[in-house]
Amino acid sequence: MTSKEEWPLLEVKNLHASISTTKGNIIPVNSISYSIKPGEIVALVGESGSGKSVSALSIMRLNAPEIKYKSGSVINYKGKNLLELKEKEMRRLRGNEISMIFQDPMFSLNPVHRIGKQIAETVKLHRKVTPKEAKDIVLDLLKKVGIPDPERRMSNYPHQLSGGMRQRVMIAMALACQPTLLIADEPTTALDVTIQAQILTLIRNLQEETGISVLLITHDLGVVAEIADRVLVMYCGKIVEEGTVDELFENPLHPYTKGLMASVPELSEHSKRRLETIPGSVPNPLELPKGCNFCDRCPYASEECGEKEPVLTKASAESDRQVACWYPLGKKGEINHYAKTSNFS
Amino acid sequence: MQKPLISLKNVKKYFPVGSGLFGKRDRWVKAVDGVSLDIYPGETVGLVGESGCGKSTIGRMVVGLTNPTEGEIYFEDIKLTDYRSKKKLGKNLQMIFQDPYSSLNPRMTIADIIQEPLVLHKIGTKKERRKRVDELLERVGLASHYGGRYPNQFSGGQRQRIGIARALVLEPKLIVCDEPVSALDVSIQAQILNLLKEIQEDMGLSYLFIAHGIQAIKHISDKVAVMYLGKMAEFAKTEELFNNPRHPYTKALLSAVPEPDPKLRNRERILLKGDLPSPSNPPMGCRFHTRCPMAMEKCKEMEPRLLSTSEQSMTACLLYKDKIAT
Ligand SMILES: Nc1ncnc2c1ncn2[C@@H]1O[C@H](COP(=O)(O)OP(=O)(O)OP(=O)(O)O)[C@@H](O)[C@H]1O
Ligand SMILES: Nc1ncnc2c1ncn2[C@@H]1O[C@H](COP(=O)(O)OP(=O)(O)OP(=O)(O)O)[C@@H](O)[C@H]1O
Ligand SMILES: [Mg+2]
Ligand SMILES: [Mg+2]
Repeated sequence: MTSKEEWPLLEVKNLHASISTTKGNIIPVNSISYSIKPGEIVALVGESGSGKSVSALSIMRLNAPEIKYKSGSVINYKGKNLLELKEKEMRRLRGNEISMIFQDPMFSLNPVHRIGKQIAETVKLHRKVTPKEAKDIVLDLLKKVGIPDPERRMSNYPHQLSGGMRQRVMIAMALACQPTLLIADEPTTALDVTIQAQILTLIRNLQEETGISVLLITHDLGVVAEIADRVLVMYCGKIVEEGTVDELFENPLHPYTKGLMASVPELSEHSKRRLETIPGSVPNPLELPKGCNFCDRCPYASEECGEKEPVLTKASAESDRQVACWYPLGKKGEINHYAKTSNFS
Repeated sequence: MQKPLISLKNVKKYFPVGSGLFGKRDRWVKAVDGVSLDIYPGETVGLVGESGCGKSTIGRMVVGLTNPTEGEIYFEDIKLTDYRSKKKLGKNLQMIFQDPYSSLNPRMTIADIIQEPLVLHKIGTKKERRKRVDELLERVGLASHYGGRYPNQFSGGQRQRIGIARALVLEPKLIVCDEPVSALDVSIQAQILNLLKEIQEDMGLSYLFIAHGIQAIKHISDKVAVMYLGKMAEFAKTEELFNNPRHPYTKALLSAVPEPDPKLRNRERILLKGDLPSPSNPPMGCRFHTRCPMAMEKCKEMEPRLLSTSEQSMTACLLYKDKIAT
């Protein structure tokens, strides 16, 4: 038996979401499974349109109504399947135990209320506090997210703040209810690097102090390397690779992961090389290539890759690394024909 | 010696704030507050700094979308500040915008978008223009038959290529790239950065490259200008700036860049406290002193000038003395 601490806080199993459009079915999330342990920071990375936001919003059950879950989809939070919970129970969890920082700040800020009041409302909803106590908590939160002169800022309306400040107010709001699980969808994309560093430090400190779990969605691999414990790489609605942050950066197994890493110009590097790129772009979700969805952009693809789809399988006996690729890369980043997974048989 | 292609001389841009109908224009946002900068033919100058420090405003002044409140801009020794010169020289100066989604007119075909500047400048016959469009589409890596399509049929990266083709159509000598890759995925960013470099090698044009992404700036620039609150904090050759940053703000900026390597997680970082002060009421003395970890008493009163701190760098900070002049 594993100790209780090792139990996943969140366990997603075969989550499958589809949207039917006039032109056909889009499957933004295609049977993905993963889990998050207490106190763990898990990053979800992938290009635009790969299904990151839809999969995160599923946990909150806040996806657009046209997005339907296939039966058999499971999102267990502390053992309860969120997809089957009554809306009333869901509302209690939302913003109480699970809170989310949305990609679009205007999603969660009400333009007609002062920000201090908005955060205080959230605090009061979840804790029995006097108005004075609520105000102190709000001030403290605003200070924590690096809003200068919080006393004065409390009485501002959202439109009176800069984009970066708005994003920080959202972060303060998400933390106001002391969540167990924080879902952060691109929380620092609109911020300058100096403020981004502040926010990342804040999230990491919180994790250390209160042990919250974080699902962090980003396409910035720098941010992932700074803060994540484990990484899930998504492509066309599927998880194509999973591993600890060290494993993944040390030795990406999926050619897509390697391509993403090679596209980032490194600061510590001197040569002005031509950047490596992944040829082409993310396929149209209505016309996904057959076989492995990455095969037409993959430098290592063989004919088989265009025919049979690889599934996510354990990549080594020693660790929990997983990859969905017929030819996972070897230690030196070359393809390892001998490691051709048992998938084929 | 080579002459600069573009030269900004103590350029300022103030915007009035809170001026109602009878508003007294006594409060100003000093978006750009005395910036001098030379860009030479064929080179790329990167421009970085916190949001709101005046980067886009500089870019817009360079291409003539807005006039400086004070100071002059020269293009190959010709003063750009009057209307006639702008009309004549304007085609040499083009701009690529951040948002590939809203900067292309959704009701125009790609071919029409690209050739619009030719039409406006009454250049070429219909057939010649069409040929030019086809060439440019291929140049930016799109098939020429895409010309008849509309912007919404293209991805973000493809739209940015269209924006580049449009900027190239008049064969400009300088392109201001305002956050040209920020809205794109890393893989697409790399494609666009490579394309911009190739084009520069082919055509010998200059770029003023504005970006948040320090990695992209480092990758593409020959020189880098670091701005803080409307002023230049440091200006240096790229290598010099990254190997030997001098201004405390530059140091903080570089140390905050997330490195895509988990092993570097515990490296030392300079965390800046507080927020960018308001550009309508910048701090006295050195504008950075309210957040500077190295601030001295005199920084509160004395405003530093941009001085040469080495052959390849200039810094506006009281920690340094002029190395070249004395
Ligand atoms: N309500 C919707 N109707 C139709 N298609 C949708 C809807 N929501 C999402 N999609 C599609 O589902 C796919 C996944 O979208 P999602 O927002 O999850 O991407 P993402 O990985 O978060 O991308 P980004 O990095 O751009 O935020 C995309 O192809 C998107 O166009
Ligand atoms: N037309 C305008 N009227 C009033 N103020 C303006 C105007 N344009 C810009 N400003 C102000 O001038 C300052 C500099 O703006 P600018 O857009 O140049 O910043 P930036 O460095 O490009 O920022 P970002 O990185 O966010 O794009 C800001 O405080 C901005 O609010
Ligand atoms: Mg998203
Ligand atoms: Mg700008």
